[in-house]
Amino acid sequence: MFKQTIAVTSMNLRALPQRLGISLVIVIGIAVTVAVLVSVGAMATGFQKTLSNTGRDDRVIVLRGGSEAELSSTISRDNTLTILDAPGVKRDADGKPIGSADMVAIVSLPLKASGSGANVTLRGVGPKMPVLRPEIRIVEGRMFTPALRELIVGRGAVKQFSGLDLGSKVSFRDADWTVVGIFESNGDAHESELMTDIETALSAYRRNLFQSVTVMLESPEAFNAYKDRLTTDPTLGVDVKREPDYYAKQSQGLKKLLDLLSFGVGGIMALGAIFGTLNTMYTAVSSRGVEIATLRAIGFGALPVVVSVFVEALALALIGGALGAIGAWIFFNGNTVNTLGANFTQVVFNLTVSPALLVNGIVWACVIGVIGGLFPAVRAARLPIATALRAG
Amino acid sequence: MKFLPLLWASLWRKKTRTIFTLLSIVAAFLLFGMLQGVNAAFERTADLANVNRLVVVSKISFTESLPYSQMQQIAAVDGVDAVSFNSWFGAYFQDPKNFIFSFPVDPRRHFDMYPEFKLPEDQLQAFERNRGGAVVGAALATKYGWKIGDRIPLHSTIWTRKDNGSSDWNFEIVGIYTVPTDVGQENQFFFQHENFDEARAFGRGRVGWYIVRIKDANQAAQVGAAIDALFANSTDETKAQSEKEFQMSFLKQLGDINYIVTRILIAVFVALLFATGSTMMQSVRERIPELAVLKTLGFSDARVLTLVLGESVLLCVLSACLGLGIAALLFPALKDVLGLVRLPGEVVAGGLIAAVLLALITGLPPALRARSLNIVDALAGR
Repeated sequence: MFKQTIAVTSMNLRALPQRLGISLVIVIGIAVTVAVLVSVGAMATGFQKTLSNTGRDDRVIVLRGGSEAELSSTISRDNTLTILDAPGVKRDADGKPIGSADMVAIVSLPLKASGSGANVTLRGVGPKMPVLRPEIRIVEGRMFTPALRELIVGRGAVKQFSGLDLGSKVSFRDADWTVVGIFESNGDAHESELMTDIETALSAYRRNLFQSVTVMLESPEAFNAYKDRLTTDPTLGVDVKREPDYYAKQSQGLKKLLDLLSFGVGGIMALGAIFGTLNTMYTAVSSRGVEIATLRAIGFGALPVVVSVFVEALALALIGGALGAIGAWIFFNGNTVNTLGANFTQVVFNLTVSPALLVNGIVWACVIGVIGGLFPAVRAARLPIATALRAG
Repeated sequence: MKFLPLLWASLWRKKTRTIFTLLSIVAAFLLFGMLQGVNAAFERTADLANVNRLVVVSKISFTESLPYSQMQQIAAVDGVDAVSFNSWFGAYFQDPKNFIFSFPVDPRRHFDMYPEFKLPEDQLQAFERNRGGAVVGAALATKYGWKIGDRIPLHSTIWTRKDNGSSDWNFEIVGIYTVPTDVGQENQFFFQHENFDEARAFGRGRVGWYIVRIKDANQAAQVGAAIDALFANSTDETKAQSEKEFQMSFLKQLGDINYIVTRILIAVFVALLFATGSTMMQSVRERIPELAVLKTLGFSDARVLTLVLGESVLLCVLSACLGLGIAALLFPALKDVLGLVRLPGEVVAGGLIAAVLLALITGLPPALRARSLNIVDALAGR
């Protein structure tokens, strides 16, 4: 039985090149479906990776109560001092709390790709920012000097927006700001931002309100105590979130949209590919009618025939799936794109074709192959031997 | 037309094959309908924009506010007919999921600026008189079951009250507006700016952006430039754009939807070309003796070519109609997301054109083969 199966299957696969044209229908149909699925998935994965890279368990972001994002939050100077000085915040060697009260504003800059303006986050950060965010490394130029209109710019922002190269001037708020440094921060959300000294930013914008306070805790476990202390303080009225939680929540909306897109579009395409596969395999079975009937007549069982058709469909599906997945990986992996994030500003991220996505694509291909091969295989086995032989 | 029964019969010569081919084309056109529909919904928002209106935002970005004092200066610019203003309130009703597009406005100025927003005069007067009054769109009122006289609490994610520092604001509904030309606009919530300005804890004396009606649409660029020149080198520089530019800049920030849709559809149609093409090829190959008989009966080469092409067109257009039909049925389900009630006609027309093109491209090689058949060879099966 086993030997029979192998014999019929290998004979069948060896004959595949003769049916090249029609087999291509399966391969191309499935390749395209898988390519679309994987590339939409790569967008979701890339965006999520960028946001989930942002933040550490022992860092906490404090916003005004009820504000979903920094842009809509306001915290007064007095309150920022209370938040920074609360027990549980880690202190630097000089005894000062490690934390930064940030001002967030939006600057509209032209995108390199289209030339049209898009929003970039301008963040005013406190003097302890380098200690608070050790992942921010200046890779070109130097740090900004407080009181001078100088900016440091994230690597992602430099890539997507024009006019942010080292030494160039950006003008907003009746002054020219000089880009004195370019930083990297492990590809996280801050890499899409511009940063400057907090007091310089506040005075340029004539504001005295902050948007958020980020502090480093003595340990991740200190979170609950710290949170309770702030939320029970009647003078504050703030929300306290761990950084990873805050950023994870921001990726949810886009992820939902992309999931919908990949299931809707991918589902319809998969359906189309299933019909294509069914068609091809039925044709393959009917063109091999005499061959199958002959095999059955000389004593081969029905099962080996079923298996051989099944394996053929699966093999073609796998080739298609692999082509689609690899194609998506070659063309899209690492592409830099940008979209609107929670602060109404652009978040720059890289399309990421993860191994999980590739596996997922291959699984879809197999499902299409299995469904598309099943019915034709059953028909092949049920072919009445005598009629089929006469048909030749 | 008299050959239609013949086309129909030859199409169903092999039922399974035709059904599966048909279904895969249906799937492709279903996708075409949905994706192009989404695309059209985005483009349409901008097409409906009024050419007589400019939007004046802060040059830094539209989230920066502008001083209220600029209104008088803008109104004095040559060519300006009327000015109104708007601010982003960013509020939700009861739960953050129920986001409400709410704006503090000057009642008279606002409804004068947007004549397509229909509000009965007595309700507008009530809106002017009632400091805590609000006017909501008919669709929004239906969604939450709001009626005139209801008191609605909104929670702003931005603005706090000066008196108690809370983010909760209460309004009384005094009017319900409709927008007969675009039902998608009936989801907004307007309330009095004056009262809001006095009650808010910060940002007083400033508004989000100005809307400017100009006397002559052809002067849009000049008037816009004149407004910007007025505030150049001040602390609050402005950027005047046509309403369409303003809306497009919003959509563009989200990402290039058109680009993604086009890429996906190209991929789908390439796959479809192969599937349909191979079906047509096989179908003709199997029928070579039959086609030879037709030629023997006196059918010209050109007519045989037309018959095969006709079969291909019939299959593709039939499937396209089914696919687009399903898309049109499903489309209203996306009403809340897209603000479009029906699948736009131009999408259906575009789909049918694509179907005919697909049919001609896939049908041509087998049709040419059928035309060049030699009767004797074909009948002999050589």
